[in-house]
Amino acid sequence: MVALAPTAGPPSAPWREPSALPGFSLAFGFTLFYLGLMVVLPLAALAAKPWEHGVAGFFEVVTAPRTLAALRLSFLAAAAAAAANVALGLLTAWVLSRYDFPGRRIADALVDLPFALPTAVAGIALAALYGPNGWIGEALAHLGVKVAYTPLGVFVALLAVGLPFVVRTLQPVLEDLDAAWEEAAVTLGAGRWTIFARIIAPVLAPALIAGFALAFARGAGEYGSVIFIAGNMPMVSEIAPLVIVTKLEGYDYAGAAAVGVAMVVISMVALAVTNGAQIALARRTRR
Amino acid sequence: MAVSGAAALAAPALARAAPAPATLLNVSYDPTRELYKDYNALFAADWLRRTGQSVHINQSHDGSGKQARAVVDGLAADVVTLALAYDIDQIAARGLIAPNWQSRLPFNSSPYTSTIVFLVRKGNPKRIHDWLDLVKPGVQIVTPNPKTSGGARWAYLAALAFARRHNGGDENRGLGFVRGVYKNVPVLDTGSRGATTTFVQRGIGDVLLGWENEALLAIDEAGPGKLEVVRPSMSILAEPPVSVVDKVVDKKGVRPLATAYLRGLYSEAAQDLAARRHYRPRSATVAARYVAKFPPLDLVSIASFGGWGRAQARHFADGGSFDKIYQPR
Repeated sequence: MVALAPTAGPPSAPWREPSALPGFSLAFGFTLFYLGLMVVLPLAALAAKPWEHGVAGFFEVVTAPRTLAALRLSFLAAAAAAAANVALGLLTAWVLSRYDFPGRRIADALVDLPFALPTAVAGIALAALYGPNGWIGEALAHLGVKVAYTPLGVFVALLAVGLPFVVRTLQPVLEDLDAAWEEAAVTLGAGRWTIFARIIAPVLAPALIAGFALAFARGAGEYGSVIFIAGNMPMVSEIAPLVIVTKLEGYDYAGAAAVGVAMVVISMVALAVTNGAQIALARRTRR
Repeated sequence: MAVSGAAALAAPALARAAPAPATLLNVSYDPTRELYKDYNALFAADWLRRTGQSVHINQSHDGSGKQARAVVDGLAADVVTLALAYDIDQIAARGLIAPNWQSRLPFNSSPYTSTIVFLVRKGNPKRIHDWLDLVKPGVQIVTPNPKTSGGARWAYLAALAFARRHNGGDENRGLGFVRGVYKNVPVLDTGSRGATTTFVQRGIGDVLLGWENEALLAIDEAGPGKLEVVRPSMSILAEPPVSVVDKVVDKKGVRPLATAYLRGLYSEAAQDLAARRHYRPRSATVAARYVAKFPPLDLVSIASFGGWGRAQARHFADGGSFDKIYQPR
């Protein structure tokens, strides 16, 4: 950032696309300031906290069996739920953007509900539904499946929370996908599977990955909807954000920040991998 | 204050006019919501009658530890009314409250008490009558996590107090019993109200281990004939303490008002309110009226654990006896 600053002023900067709109310097400066205030500063404050007991203290907290179990649960459940949402979300987005049916607009609006619902409300509703005396929970209990108060409950909560991220990322891409391409493919003798694999999938892939990344990142940090249905048993169904809250309850600010930093690092690595995949895919599609 | 002083100088006749209205912020924990709603109205009316000043009291409720942290982080509470002394100690440790706070008001600054009891389903189908029944195979216990809930810490220590006595005072053998209790816990909620919901609404578990006031409230809410309170042979004297926040009241100049607010909790009328809201009153005359609701119990105090500082470090801090229950072996 600092290295760039001297070149930011003149409009002839070589790294800048010429634009008809004025006010670049102001907008650029504001963007940097806003990102700094909203993202970099809080993260820096977090990163400064966990070193009260030195580097060894940090690693002691982060590698404790209970912390590791919680991190594993949070990130694995988030990945599994995001993957499931990619499949289910693709189907939902496909139906919503390709077909016209009575109540389509209502169904479309329902997708946004998990966005709008306070997460605690979603959690209580899910716990009531999947609890041993809830509608679904009671039926599943006959089959010997327990959802509420098990790690499976975490997965179900993240499934509900993550769905709109995938659907809303895919929908505009699907709507922009010109049916003429598919029609052209049909005239050239392509089967349905070929059309999907060679035309639709390559166009959708970047959006699918972006949707996965959004749902995954949101799921890993999700607290409100999960704690009501997880059971919160240490080593079994305790999510990483709850470990943070628990440490804060014990006035252990450094320990809480250590787990927070670990979550940020894992999330950043995961996002870097998905972004890398997206870039690689974009290159392949362009070829 | 400055304005009313100037008015007094300029026009003595106006000096007796009503003083400026005041506000207080009472930062409390979850289950006291209804109690303080009642008490605030009682106190405000009394204060207005005695001083001519109208006072509005705002109340804030959440988990006890979370509330203490909010005050430490700058929430301008005039008074704190929390679940356990440890949380107020933490505020005092940061210089906001005088170190001797607990000796400033009667009864360890705890105007009402509660204890830890069992709440079971109608007819007590699993025949749970005392602590030993909790570790019987097939008994499921619902109780919140002591690391996040003040009430759960009292419950943990109540179980340990029984187990210690049962094992001739041997605390390590007592902890073996406590481990057995928590092995029968399928869900650890983060707070008392959450555990009550899990037990009553979700139908999880055979017994809810928690506050007596919360158990009595749950019976009120569920309606007659659904739940029963079981009082074990012994339990713990839970003292939810109160204090003014010295730094805040001195800055705002409301120390007399805030102190009167807390002292008023010991009045007969307030004690009666507390008893109606399911807290055990301190006043002997009020307690006598509610003896059927609050039968006398064999209760040990936190002092038998060396006070909250020691209990916290030994049992609830990271690596403490509670954590050891869940460590893989």
